[in-house]
Amino acid sequence: MIIAEQKPLDEIKSMIADYQKVLILGCGTCVTICFAGGEKEVGILASALRMATRLDGQDKEFIEATVQRQCEYEFNEEVADLVKEADVVLSLACGIGVQTMNEQFPEKLTLPGLNTKFLGQPTEQGVWDERCLACGDCVLYKTGGICPIARCSKSLLNGPCGGSQNGKCEINPEVDCAWQLIYDRLKALGKLDLMMEVKSPKDWSASHAGGPGKIVREDLRL
Amino acid sequence: MKSDSNLEKVLSAGHFAVTAELGPPKNADPEVVRKKARMLKGCADAFNVTDGQTAVVRMASWAACLIQKEEGLDPIVQMTCRDRNRIALQMDVLGAAALGINNILCLSGDHMSFGNHPESKGVYDIDSIQLVKMVKDMRDEKKFQCGEEMKVEPRLFIGAAANPFADPFDYRPYRLAKKVAAGADFIQTQIVFNVPKFREYMKRVCDLGLHEKVYILAGVAPIKSSGAARYMASQVPGMDVPQEFVDRMVAAIKGIPSPKSIADPEKKKEVRRRRREAWQAEGIKICAEIIQQVREIPGVAGVHIMAIEWEEAVHEIVSQAGLLPRPTV
Repeated sequence: MIIAEQKPLDEIKSMIADYQKVLILGCGTCVTICFAGGEKEVGILASALRMATRLDGQDKEFIEATVQRQCEYEFNEEVADLVKEADVVLSLACGIGVQTMNEQFPEKLTLPGLNTKFLGQPTEQGVWDERCLACGDCVLYKTGGICPIARCSKSLLNGPCGGSQNGKCEINPEVDCAWQLIYDRLKALGKLDLMMEVKSPKDWSASHAGGPGKIVREDLRL
Repeated sequence: MKSDSNLEKVLSAGHFAVTAELGPPKNADPEVVRKKARMLKGCADAFNVTDGQTAVVRMASWAACLIQKEEGLDPIVQMTCRDRNRIALQMDVLGAAALGINNILCLSGDHMSFGNHPESKGVYDIDSIQLVKMVKDMRDEKKFQCGEEMKVEPRLFIGAAANPFADPFDYRPYRLAKKVAAGADFIQTQIVFNVPKFREYMKRVCDLGLHEKVYILAGVAPIKSSGAARYMASQVPGMDVPQEFVDRMVAAIKGIPSPKSIADPEKKKEVRRRRREAWQAEGIKICAEIIQQVREIPGVAGVHIMAIEWEEAVHEIVSQAGLLPRPTV
């Protein structure tokens, strides 16, 4: 899922400085699961902003709402009246939700209340780890199901660099070396031969390097 | 011959080769490079110029290579995948060859987080092994990575790095095999302090027959002080410094009082100098000893001396190791 975290309160305060009535709009999908922008976080942020802006001597009104999925028009229709009523929308969705709102309600500005961090997985309670870079050309079948594109700091395709030590990456002893994980996994699977072949340069044009991604499915179009 | 490289000539004539590192300055002063080049001339067969080592901005490797070439040295341009995509890499390969640079060392590159611009975006379009293959195809097939052909190929002697002390240890010889399969002509290893571990690595490398396909130069470096020894032992990723050398560096200044215990500024200075000289002498001695030890290891074709920001030490090291004068081929 998409993992995000809330922007610092001061940054949010400066973004909404020019507006009086603010709709704080959460999203019920990924950012609810990662405790960044669901109904609960909308409530907490609204309270924090009420207190903070009052302490600053400002008279602002905060409306709270959460939609099921902010990246789809049909769910956002439910809050059309609230959007109309507000001076600005502060979205607690990922960057996709923020842009959907701006497209759908062009007369109103929607601001980002979160920083969208990565595509990842909750690995422990309160811990999220990056798992996919959406490179558009999945290599997991060659790497024992562990992604070197997202999980190796250098996105290497031909095994661990010289900075792999005790299973950790050279950039930070907290970061696992993806290629150590891949090596251990392929060894356990009896498929170490996959680490012996020289892999060719990757076709990055399948990713963002080829321009903004777009998929058109003619079979699904109306 | 694949190139006009002096290093290639020395190695193919069967000599035990010596390469040394020349660190480019963190400014635009060509005199720094010239001075180091003059100091290093005759001490080794070819001279690496690092390419933004530890991700710190320094003079471009190819530019410092050109300056040392003007001083009569055989430069090895280091090229990392960190800062360039395959387009930029191939342009620099053509440019370096056009300037008369005959050797290239292909590297992935230290991550940006180590350097002085940790907020920068890394490139890593291709990796070091793919870079080796790309340069080899440019040279031997006259083809760019995309398959297009060129008229005049870059005649470069192609090098790659290997770290025998990184993990997983069992995989390291196979990763070297991949670099050889990709087209590496020579290998420069990470600094060897743990000779027994390196010997074990080389045994596995020879068992795979790699020493017959590629020239392997063992990396060595002089330790500057006991503090540096401790730092390398504990803080530098991929570095394996046995306690024995830390102890020897500590013992080197035995009998010299600590500068902290002396109040008189002149005497303090004198004590500092004595300590520095004692450390440096021991560091150089250890380095020369390691060279003699790795020289005995089957499959080792030479040494690569990395006297980082201490190029003055190189002459004494090669001299003590009995590697002077360098062969003329």
